[in-house]
Amino acid sequence: MEYILIAISAIFVNNVVLSQFLGICPFLGVSKKVSTALGMGAAVTFVLTLATIVTYLIQNYILNAFGIGYMQTIMFILVIASLVQMVEIILKKMSPSLYQALGVFLPLITTNCCILGVAITVGNGDYNLQGLAEPSMLSGVVYAIATAIGYALALVLFSVLREHLELMDVPEAMKGTPIALLTAGLMAMAFVGFSGMV
Amino acid sequence: MNKIQIIVNGIIKENPVFALLLGMCPTLGTTTSAINGLGMGVATMVVLMCSNTVISLIKRLIPDMVRIPSFIVVIATFVTVLEMLMKAYAPALYASLGLFIPLIVVNCIVLGRAESFAAKNSVGDSFCDGIGIGLGFTLALTALGAVREILGSGKIFGFSLWSEDYGILAFVLAPGAFIALAYLIVIVNKLSKKA
Repeated sequence: MEYILIAISAIFVNNVVLSQFLGICPFLGVSKKVSTALGMGAAVTFVLTLATIVTYLIQNYILNAFGIGYMQTIMFILVIASLVQMVEIILKKMSPSLYQALGVFLPLITTNCCILGVAITVGNGDYNLQGLAEPSMLSGVVYAIATAIGYALALVLFSVLREHLELMDVPEAMKGTPIALLTAGLMAMAFVGFSGMV
Repeated sequence: MNKIQIIVNGIIKENPVFALLLGMCPTLGTTTSAINGLGMGVATMVVLMCSNTVISLIKRLIPDMVRIPSFIVVIATFVTVLEMLMKAYAPALYASLGLFIPLIVVNCIVLGRAESFAAKNSVGDSFCDGIGIGLGFTLALTALGAVREILGSGKIFGFSLWSEDYGILAFVLAPGAFIALAYLIVIVNKLSKKA
């Protein structure tokens, strides 16, 4: 039960983009078409889950075990960067079709701050905001997957809206990013409606 | 370009938030009040100045192939130092900025300036570019934070302008960040097209 609550909280109530402001650059950058938004969402889900498992193990068996918690930032960013590179190489060899679908988005993910953000949150055990479950590997991974689904959901919804915006008559000064930000603001307002659910 | 031109260029022509549209996550996430925006801006500026200077110093020693990872390690080192300093001397600010301090590592501005400016220019120029871009970022964040604080709670830098009852709560919450930033960019667009 608590895992379902963690998932609902991460997908809707504390949506990673619309209420935590993580991963805004790709949110604005690759949301012009629904198909690219789907690809990016899938790539983020894949890498975020893997990265969380790896960084959780590093946090607990290396950083905490040797009392070098201050190395967290350096360690995590290097691990995530090399993990993304490794995933790219393995996918290319093992599953060319999946590589074709995710390939272009993988290098972009290293600089997506939602990966490092979630890794740090899970590493510090901070995701358990409402005291839902004890921080553990399983609940951390559930949180990571749910966050990624929330990211994909927001990205796909946003790209649908933006495809329609293309056809609209927008004032000159608002073209491009401002109108996209306004749309995101209205979406965030809708997501505020979920607060208090969990 | 002389040093002053480089600094002014970073504040106005290449303002990271309004002109380059980089570093959106901390811009939206930390500007619930003017003082938080200022704190985040200064923190990023310090990292940017240090990383720009060091990267410019070691640019000839780094092989081209491992350029990006080396830059990231330099930046991550300064972020860690800053994190420890803030924990010790500004614990209240550290608590309110939270996750966004370690996330300076993946801020596109810092890596972007390392790659596009510090790796090509002299140490002095890179240092000035760090100051300029950092000041531009700080100004943008403080402006956005001030707008959200005034509209959301009727205060600026913690001083009460009018009763909090007239504040629009949405501007303190997430939607206000997107909407306030959108209109600030619109205003900047309008002004820069006329000038």
